[in-house]
Amino acid sequence: MPIDSFKWMPPSLANYYRNLSMTRAEVPWTPMRKPLNECHFSLLSTAGAYLKGEQEPFDVEREKREPTWGDPTYRAIPRDVRQEQIGVAHLHINTADLEADINVALPIHRFLELEAAGEIGSLAPTSYSVMGYQETNDEWAERYGPEIASRMKGEEVDCAFVTPV
Amino acid sequence: MPVLARAIEAVGISTVLVTMSPYLAQAVGTPRIVGVEFPFGHPLGHAGDREEQMRVIRDALRAMVEIKEPNTVIALPYEWPEFDYWIKAWHPEEPAPITKWLREQARLRAEAKRREEEQA
Repeated sequence: MPIDSFKWMPPSLANYYRNLSMTRAEVPWTPMRKPLNECHFSLLSTAGAYLKGEQEPFDVEREKREPTWGDPTYRAIPRDVRQEQIGVAHLHINTADLEADINVALPIHRFLELEAAGEIGSLAPTSYSVMGYQETNDEWAERYGPEIASRMKGEEVDCAFVTPV
Repeated sequence: MPVLARAIEAVGISTVLVTMSPYLAQAVGTPRIVGVEFPFGHPLGHAGDREEQMRVIRDALRAMVEIKEPNTVIALPYEWPEFDYWIKAWHPEEPAPITKWLREQARLRAEAKRREEEQA
C-alpha cells in the first residue's frame, strides 16, 4: 500500500509539488558492508534542533526579514545530550512535540538503547541537525552536506539515519 | 534532505531516509527511502511513544539491509489516528513568513483586480 505523500499537505502545497518538474539526480550507492550489530551510526534531521545556551539557534530572524531564505547551516548534537538542552528553531512546523521529545525526529536516545541492546554497533559521538526550509539546495549540496559527511567519516561512521520533518 | 543523504552516501556511508514524502525523495533520487504516512514534524511517531518510535526505527534499519537497489521505497503500514485534529495541529502556531508573504501577494493581486474591474 503506497504512502500518500500529499496527505498532510494543504491543497495549495500539494498542487505545487504535484506540478513541480523534478530532475532525478544520479544516486550514489554504498552497499551495507557489515551486519547492523557492527555498524556505527550517526543521525541527521531537518528538525532545526540546537543546544540551548551553547549554540546559536537557526537564524529565524533573518528568515522573517527575507521569507524566501532559510538558514542552511547545521548543528552538531552530542550523543549524551539531554532533552532539556535541546532548542528547536523552525518556523514551518509546530515544534512542541520536538521540544518535548526530540526522538520524534532525531532519535538519539532510541539509538543509545539500540546500542545498549547490541542491535547496532554504536551511536557515533556526533549527530547533526539542519533546518528544513531552504530556498535552494545549493549550500547543502556544495558546502554543508559534504562537511557533515566528512565529519561523519572522521568518526568512522558506517551508516547514517536521515529524517526530514 | 535527499541531497544531504546523497552527499553522505557519496563518501562511503550507507544511508536510509525515513520520510512522509517518499514520492518527492524518489523523484529527486535518494539511496534508500522508507515512507511513513505521518504528519509533518513526526517522522518517527508520537512524542513520548517509545514503542512506536522503536518500531519505525527497527523497520527502517531492516530496510537498510533489505534494499539492494538505489532509489527504492519501502512503505511502512502504520496509521496515524485523529486525522481531523492532526491535519491542522502539525502547522506552526503562527504562519511561516513565506506563507504570510504569499497570502499578502494574493491579497494585493485580488485588490488590484477589483480596482481594475471597478474602473472598467
